[in-house]
Amino acid sequence: MRTDHKIILDFIEPKSKVLDLGCGDGTLLSLLFQKKSCRGTGIEIDEKAIYECMAKGLTVSHGDIDTGLADYSDKRFDYVILNESLQQVLHPKKVILESLRVGKKIIVGIPNFCHVRARFQIFFQGRVPVTKELPFQWYDTPNLRFLSLKDFRYFCRNNAITILHEKGIIGQKTICCRPNLFAHTGLYLLEKQT
Amino acid sequence: MTPLDLNNIETQYFTFAHPPDELILESKETLGPITLAYETYGELNKNKSNAILVFHALTGDANAAGYHTGAKKPGWWDAMIGPGKAFDTNKYFVICSNVLGSCKGTTGPTSMSPKTGKPFGLSFPVVTIQDMVAAQKCLIDHLGIKKLLSVAGGSMGGLQALKWAVIYPDYVASTIAIATNTRHTAQQIALHEVARQAIMSDPDWQNGDYYGKSIPARGLALSRMIGHITYMSEQSMEEKFGRKLIGKERLGFDFSHDFEVESYLKYRADNFVQRFDANSYLYLSKSLDYFDLAEDADLKTVFSKARCSFLVISFTSDWLYPSYQSKQMVKALKANDLDVSDIEINTNYGHDAFLVEVEGQSKLISHFLDRISKEITYA
Repeated sequence: MRTDHKIILDFIEPKSKVLDLGCGDGTLLSLLFQKKSCRGTGIEIDEKAIYECMAKGLTVSHGDIDTGLADYSDKRFDYVILNESLQQVLHPKKVILESLRVGKKIIVGIPNFCHVRARFQIFFQGRVPVTKELPFQWYDTPNLRFLSLKDFRYFCRNNAITILHEKGIIGQKTICCRPNLFAHTGLYLLEKQT
Repeated sequence: MTPLDLNNIETQYFTFAHPPDELILESKETLGPITLAYETYGELNKNKSNAILVFHALTGDANAAGYHTGAKKPGWWDAMIGPGKAFDTNKYFVICSNVLGSCKGTTGPTSMSPKTGKPFGLSFPVVTIQDMVAAQKCLIDHLGIKKLLSVAGGSMGGLQALKWAVIYPDYVASTIAIATNTRHTAQQIALHEVARQAIMSDPDWQNGDYYGKSIPARGLALSRMIGHITYMSEQSMEEKFGRKLIGKERLGFDFSHDFEVESYLKYRADNFVQRFDANSYLYLSKSLDYFDLAEDADLKTVFSKARCSFLVISFTSDWLYPSYQSKQMVKALKANDLDVSDIEINTNYGHDAFLVEVEGQSKLISHFLDRISKEITYA
C-alpha cells in the first residue's frame, strides 16, 4: 500500500462517509471501503478513470473539482479528501473552504515544492526544480500551484483552519524532523475553527 | 422458457384494464382494455429479485434483443442485452414492452376502438410518459415482481426510467438514465412540432383517418428525415458523408439528389414509412413534449421521492439531449443525497451514441448492475 494511502487510512474513522476529490482510478476509495468499511463517492475528471472506478464497484461522478462541490449540502461527508489534486485546481482556496463546508473534516495531500533538493537546484543551478517527485518541466506540468508545507500552514492559520495532524513523507517513510525541508509530500487532517 | 441464446424470441401479449376497470390517464380520460406487447430474456429467479425493465426510444418496439424466427436483424438493443453482455441474461431477467400509443403490438391509434370497431385514429386519447409507465407497472404486477433490480433506457426510454424512479420508488433498486433529460426543452418541442406538421400537412393524413386508404407516406418520411438529423452530430455526418456525391461524378445542376447525405436520409425515411404509423408518431412525440418531471415543483423536490441508486450517462456530441441537462439532473440527485454515478462519454456519434457506443456503456452498466445486485443480496 502507498504510504500516503496508509496515512489517510489512519486519519479516517471506520464507517465514515467520504468524498474523494480527484479520486483517479479509485484505489484509495476502494481501500477505504474494504479496510475501513467507509461509504462515499469520488469525483474525477478523466473519463478512462471513471470506468476503472466503476469496475471497482464504486460510486463516481464525472466532473472537475472546482465546480463539483457546489452540488452537496453542508457537512454531508465525514471526510473530504484532496490528495495530490489541490495543486491542479484553479481556485484552491475556494475548493478548500467548500470542502470544509461539505465535510466535517478534510484531508489534504500536497507536494512540497521547497524540498531540499529543489532548493539546491534553484540556488546552485539557477533553474526551476525538476526532481523525481516533481518530474515536470515548466512547459508541461499539470500543476498550477506551487507551495511548500510552510506555505500551507500559513494558509490554514490565515483562514481559521485548525491543523489536527501534519505528516511529512519521504518515499515510503514518514518524517517528523523539519518536514518543510525534507518531506516530498505533506498530508494534513484539517477542520474549520468554530 | 426463454432460450439462453436468444433465438426464436417471441413477443408476448398482456391485456388488462378491462371495462369497467379502465386505466385512468393523466388527461383524466379512461382507456381499456389495453394490450401490451412485451418480451423477456433470461430467467426470473426464485425470489424474483433479478428483473430489469428496459425501455425503448421513440420508434422502438418490444423486441429489444435476440432474433424472431426468420428475422435477419436482432432486437434494437441486442448489443447490450444477452448472455455475457451488459444486461447479462445469464444473470438477469430482462423485460421490454412496447409503449402505450405505439404501433408495435401495444394499444395505440392503430388499434381497434371497442366503441366503433374501427381503428382509433385521432379518437385515441393523448397519452403521456406517466401513462406508459402506469401501464408497464400493471405488467410488472402481473409478472409478480415486487422490486426491479433496475429500470434502464436511453432517450425516451430514459424519461420512462426516471418516471419509474419517482412514482414507484419502492419498486426500483436502480435507475440507468442514458442520453436523456428531466423536461423537454423549447428546442426539442420545436423540432417535434416541425415533424408533426410534416405529417399533418400531407393530404393523405386525412385528420388521422387514413387506415385502409393511402397512408401519409411523404409527411411521415419528412418527419423521419428531420428526426435523423437530430440523432446525428455535425462531426458524425461529416465523417459518414462529407460532401460525397451519389451516383454522379459532378454536380447535376438540378434538384435530383447530388449528395450522399440526401439519399441516405431518403433511404432511411422510406424504410421507416414501411414500419411505423404516422398517428403513432404524432402521439409519441406529443408524450415527449408533455414530459416535465418536475412540473410545478423544482427538480430537487421531485427527486426527494426517489430512493434508488442512479447511473446517468450522457454524450459530448449529443445536441438533442445535451449533457449539461444530464448534469443538472445529477446535481438534483446529489442534493438529495442519492447514490449517483455519472459520466459524459466523449464521442462523435451525437444522440445515436446511446445505441452505438456499446463498449464503454457495457462496462459501466455491467459493473453498476453487479454492485446493485450485491447490495440487494446483503441488504
